Amino acid sequence: MTALFDPVWQRAILSGLAVALVAGPIGCFIVWRRMAYFGETLAHAGLLGVGIGMMLSVDIMFGALITSVMLVAILLFLRSRKQLALDTLLGMLSHTALALGMISVGAAAMDDGHGHAGEETGDHAAGHSAVEAQGNGHVDVLFGDIMQVTATNVVAIWFAAIFVTAVIIWLWRELVAVSVHEDLARAEGVNARWVEAAFMVIAAVAMTMAMKIMGLLLITALMVIPAAAARRVAWSPESMALWAALFAAIAVMAGLGISNYSGVLAGPAIVLAASTIFVLTSIAPKGS
Amino acid sequence: MLKANDAMLSARNATFILNGRKILDKVNLDVRKGEIVTVIGPNGAGKSTLIHVMLGLLPLTSGQIIRRESLRIGFVPQSFSSTFTVPMNVKRLLSLTLKPSDREIETTLEETGIAHLKEQSVASLSGGELQRALLAKALLRKPDLLVLDEPVQSVDFIGEVKLYELISNIRKSHGCGILMVSHDLHMVMAESDHVVCLNGHVCCEGGPENVQLDPEFAKLFGPSAIKMIAAYAHHHDHDHEPHESPDHHHKH
Repeated sequence: MTALFDPVWQRAILSGLAVALVAGPIGCFIVWRRMAYFGETLAHAGLLGVGIGMMLSVDIMFGALITSVMLVAILLFLRSRKQLALDTLLGMLSHTALALGMISVGAAAMDDGHGHAGEETGDHAAGHSAVEAQGNGHVDVLFGDIMQVTATNVVAIWFAAIFVTAVIIWLWRELVAVSVHEDLARAEGVNARWVEAAFMVIAAVAMTMAMKIMGLLLITALMVIPAAAARRVAWSPESMALWAALFAAIAVMAGLGISNYSGVLAGPAIVLAASTIFVLTSIAPKGS
Repeated sequence: MLKANDAMLSARNATFILNGRKILDKVNLDVRKGEIVTVIGPNGAGKSTLIHVMLGLLPLTSGQIIRRESLRIGFVPQSFSSTFTVPMNVKRLLSLTLKPSDREIETTLEETGIAHLKEQSVASLSGGELQRALLAKALLRKPDLLVLDEPVQSVDFIGEVKLYELISNIRKSHGCGILMVSHDLHMVMAESDHVVCLNGHVCCEGGPENVQLDPEFAKLFGPSAIKMIAAYAHHHDHDHEPHESPDHHHKH
C-alpha cells in the first residue's frame, strides 16, 4: 500500500492504466485480424528508434514513435505492391529493424561510455531524468523499467491514450467491418486502406506508450493476451474491447503489485498476470 | 462487342498480371439485369480474381471495367477461411456497414431461411448458414447485382441444392442480376443464363446447353465432366421442369 504514495509507483500505475486502456482494444484488432506478428515488428522498429534517439540525444520514446511510424509507412508501401505476402514482409522488416536496432543501441551505449546494464535499484527513483536513463537504455527498453517513467512521460502517455482512444471510437464501425472481412468491407464502400493505415499508426503510438513499463520484448503480450481472454467472455466487438481493456488494467495493477512486493520486473509480472487471467477465463464456463 | 450495351457491369479486355504471371487475359464479360452469369473454371483459372477486378477491389493491368452509374452491388465473398474471430451475432453482422431496421433484418433473414438464427453467434454457424447470413447481408443493400464468389464451397450437397434454389428464387423475386463463380459444374449449368468457362482467358461461353458441347469445354474439364452434366440435365428434365405447365408435374 505504501507504494501508492511513492511517486515512482504512482507514475507507473498512472501510465500503466493508460497503456491498458489502449492495449485492450488494439489487442482486439490484432487478434481479429491475426496480426500478432505486426506487434512484434513494431516493437523491433521501436528498438531502432531507441538507438537513434540515444545517438541524437532525443527522447527515446519519441525516437521509437518516429521509427515505428516509418516502419508502418514502409509496410503499407510494400504491401500495396502486392508482390509478397504480409507475413513475409513483416518477417523481413521485423528482423531488419531488430538488427539495426541492436547495432544502433549498442553504438549509442558505447558513445555514452557507460554501458552499465545492471544498475537498477531504488535510488534511481524520483526525479530520474530521461537523459540519465539513456545510459542503460539498451537493457531497460527490452525488459522495461518503471523507474524510467518520468512525470512528463505520464502526461505524454495520457495524451497519447486519449488520442488513440478517440481514433478508435471515430473509426470503430469501419475497423470492425474491415476486421470481419476486408474485401467485403471494401466492396461495401469502406476505405480499407485508410482504415488500415490509421490502425497501424495508432498501434505504433500504443506500442511506444507501453515501452517503458512493459519493455519492447513483451509489449505485444499485453495487447494480445487480454484480448484473447476477452474473446472468451465477449458477445460483441464492443464488449470484447471493453473486457480486454479491463483485463489489461487488472493485469497492470496486479503485475505492478507483484513487482513492488517481490522486486521482479514489472513487464514480465504484468504479462504473467494477464496469462493467469486468460487461464481463468478458459476454465470458466463459456459465455457466448 | 457481341452483346448489346445494356449490361450493368462489364469487363472489356480485362487483363491482370501479378508478378509476371497473367492471371486474367483479355477477359470480356457482361452481366445484365435479371440474368445469372456463371463463371466456371479449374482452380487457379482466375475466377476469384475476375470477381475482384469486377468489384474494383483489384486494379486491372489493362482493359477496363464498365460499371453502370449508381449500380448497387451486393457481394457475398468466399466463406471465411478459418474461424470467425470477431464475436458478434447474425443481426450485428447484417448491420456492419448499413443501419437496417429490426424489421428489415427479420424480413431478409426470413427470405434466406435463417430467421431463427438472428441472435446466434456467427462463429457457431455452419457453412451453409453463414452463406445464408452473408446473402441476407448482401440483399439488405437492395442490390441491382449480386456477386457470389463460390457460394457453395463449404456447404454439403443437400445444402448446395437448396442454396442454389434460394439464389434462383432471389433472382426471381428481386429481379437482380447475378454474377457467380463456381467450380461445381452440374448445379451451375441448370440455373444459369450464361456460362463463361475461364482459364486465364475465356475458353468458351454461351448458354448452358451450348457450352457443354464446346470442344474447349471438354478440354478444360475432361470428358467425365460432360457425362456428369449430361446426367444432370437429363435428371433435371424429368423431375423438376415438366415440359408442359408446372400443374401437370405429378401426372406423369
